[in-house]
Amino acid sequence: MKVSNITWKIGGEAGYGILTSGNIFSRTFSRKGYSVIDNIEYPSLIRGGHNTFTARINSGEIFSINKDVNILVALNPETIKLHQDEVIYGGYIIYDGPKYEQKEVNNTRKDINYISIPMQKITKEMGISEVMVNNIALGATVALLNYDLETMKTTVKHVFKKKGPIVINNNIRALEAGFRYVRERSRAKAYELEIVKPLARLLVTGNDAVFLAAVRAGCKFYSAYPMTPSSSILHSFASVENEFNIVTKHAEDEIAVINMAIGASFAGVRAMVATSGGGFSLMTESLGSAAMTETPLVIVLSQRPAPATGLPTWTEQGDMLFAVHASHGEFLRIVIAPGDPEECFYLTGKAFHLAEKYQIPVIILLDKYLSESHFSCEKFEFKKIKVSRENLIKKDKKIDDDYMRYKVTEDGISPRAVIGLEKGVSIVNSDEHDENGFSEEDPHNRRLMTDKRFRKVNTLLDEIPPPKRYGPSDAEVTIWSWGSCKGPILEAMNILNQNEKKVNLIHFTFLYPFEQDLVEKYIDESRKSVVVENNKTSQLSKLINMNTGYRIKNKILKYSGRQFLPKEIINGIEKIE
Amino acid sequence: MPMKKKENIKEDYNLKPSDFNTSRRPTWCTGCGNYAIWNAMKKAFTRLLLHPHQILVVYGIGCSGNGVNFLRSYSFHSLHGRTLPVATGAKIANHKMTVLAVSGDGDGMGIGGNHFMHSCRRNINITNIVHDNHVYGLTTGQTSPTSDLGFKSKSTPSGVLETPVNPISLALAAGATFVARGFSGDIIQLGEIIRKAIKHKGFSFIDVLQPCVTFNKIDSYDYYREKVYSIDTIKAYDRTDLGNAFQKSLEEEKLPTGIFYQVQKPVYEDGLRQIDRKPLVDHIISDIDMNKLFNRYY
Repeated sequence: MKVSNITWKIGGEAGYGILTSGNIFSRTFSRKGYSVIDNIEYPSLIRGGHNTFTARINSGEIFSINKDVNILVALNPETIKLHQDEVIYGGYIIYDGPKYEQKEVNNTRKDINYISIPMQKITKEMGISEVMVNNIALGATVALLNYDLETMKTTVKHVFKKKGPIVINNNIRALEAGFRYVRERSRAKAYELEIVKPLARLLVTGNDAVFLAAVRAGCKFYSAYPMTPSSSILHSFASVENEFNIVTKHAEDEIAVINMAIGASFAGVRAMVATSGGGFSLMTESLGSAAMTETPLVIVLSQRPAPATGLPTWTEQGDMLFAVHASHGEFLRIVIAPGDPEECFYLTGKAFHLAEKYQIPVIILLDKYLSESHFSCEKFEFKKIKVSRENLIKKDKKIDDDYMRYKVTEDGISPRAVIGLEKGVSIVNSDEHDENGFSEEDPHNRRLMTDKRFRKVNTLLDEIPPPKRYGPSDAEVTIWSWGSCKGPILEAMNILNQNEKKVNLIHFTFLYPFEQDLVEKYIDESRKSVVVENNKTSQLSKLINMNTGYRIKNKILKYSGRQFLPKEIINGIEKIE
Repeated sequence: MPMKKKENIKEDYNLKPSDFNTSRRPTWCTGCGNYAIWNAMKKAFTRLLLHPHQILVVYGIGCSGNGVNFLRSYSFHSLHGRTLPVATGAKIANHKMTVLAVSGDGDGMGIGGNHFMHSCRRNINITNIVHDNHVYGLTTGQTSPTSDLGFKSKSTPSGVLETPVNPISLALAAGATFVARGFSGDIIQLGEIIRKAIKHKGFSFIDVLQPCVTFNKIDSYDYYREKVYSIDTIKAYDRTDLGNAFQKSLEEEKLPTGIFYQVQKPVYEDGLRQIDRKPLVDHIISDIDMNKLFNRYY
């Protein structure tokens, strides 16, 4: 049957190239012009365990994965047991019949097709590594979709470029073997995937988008300590460190990480760090140091279920209020929560601009789902990230004779020079200090300096994009949400609005400073409100209540370590009185 | 490091130690060893022909940290224990600056211990001076990682149960390429050590023994004068012999002062190709072309 949407899922033990084959699938169809969103699920270990890769491809625009699977590839019996119920009516399960004990595979459903391919046997016959069963399954998938194999072969060549011609050749032979096996045996057509015009689109994760924006924004110092799900940003920087002249430092702990970045930034270099909740916890004292010394800093916090070690490889939105309030004392900071890779890119560019102009720390909140899933996007217009460092003095002749590093000004922003200039000798102080940076305990000075640092918010608010409303302004139900819930909500809204249930979404990308006036206007214009977020204590409702007094009673909360599926949001909305 | 005279300085600049004074008078107790270290630093800078704007000093928290207000140079008063990472980041950003990290023994050897170990092995070209008075002065007299076994203080009225950290041995074990001990009662020797430490290409560590006249009545000037002796008095002392230096560091009856160990090893920054041609801060970032990088994401 002709289809414009396919969800493909592969599952098995770690060490079987699940991630790689998933990557090949996503990349192939993204290049062929399909919208692609994928999602990786894996436990916190290196071998064994249960890993899955799910990719949804569509000839039109999509915003999230849904639970329905058209083709499930089971590289072990466990996968069938765990995911069989996700396969939709008329769907397919590809598995290795001869390899799995018959008793382990209960072909219970009569409404789906079980395709047994002797994948392990084929690899033995071909004299190739058993890991390549995933390629056989890929080839079989393409045959089931009645699609041509050529683009996938090209993708394979690209992905395995560094491994040499023999590996590439074996991978392609495995692809062809799987393709042929299905072609030679199936009589009826499975799916006929609609052909789409190929488009040049990027296939990126949220982490990739943040990394690309940081490179464009002129980040020249990146320090980090590996912590899932932020680690890929460190790997990305390390891979381009010489090409783009970015010093990438894997430091001894997160406290060293943030203080090195503060040192580099203080000296005049744009600096960024990335971590997850636990690492950010270690960084919190130093966050205050950046604020008190008025040193620009960009900090990426990619959330995962907590507290403590929590669920390292799963997703949650549990650190928002933490980010908004972190560190002792009171100071201005910005907290951003992009909802998709496009927002990751453009808002990271903005983060660098705002950090440097206002000389404050900027925190970018991601989560495992956004950080590590791939999304196909229109190529980012990188020229939209303009880098102007007019606030930073780089030459002696631009330093006024009355230069004071913490000069009290009308907008609260003091002049700042790179270090090393003859006329710019100054003290940068984590103590409360006077305009010259000398430690100062005088009460009048304390009030003056605190007011000066906070006064920056007046000009800052004009530069912060307000929460955006998606959908009809006269909706019966208004969803309030933030960050990566955006995709599943938009997907749910499409379905709901088609069925004449009018729903809109107010989506926050900036959580702090809080846009009080506009939010109050949205509150007035909403009828029934419901908050949707990936945490237990509904942090967004608390934030809204704290800033406006408005209490949102309806909540759709998911805190199982997994991101929302559109169906869950639809069910939740339908339950609202 | 000697510097070239800049063209835009019209007159001959006769650098004096008082050029490194700020408008604030030091607030340390009379007799505090900090005065001597402060003077020794100024002397060293002057002899090296280093101007205030060419120097960055990162201070920790404590009485020594308050020195941020009294010495004229680019200065950063960091959080307790965090002088070394801040100094490291700044040095990487602008490796042409002469960078020092100055702290007390608690800041450096206690809370900052992890950074200390890694800075030694990193061999980044900065100078770390630790004001070692075996007590926490600014917080009014608690014990410190370098306090003697049995030291009675506000936080250890029954006496410290642990043996003290040996900063010299630690620095040697962690791979520092310049390891020295000074004494605030010998400013001339200290000034020379600091000068050589700054000149040394690599991580230079100086543990400076000093009394705390207010909170440590045990380790006084007299106590130290009895015990210290200069390594220079030892015939044919080989500064490049690590084992020898380590043995010396374990001496307790008498305390050797001077340079225990000095070798030349690759400096961290020299391994950074990113700053081959120019300091990181001088790289142009106004319109970075992303097309080639984007191509990897199709």
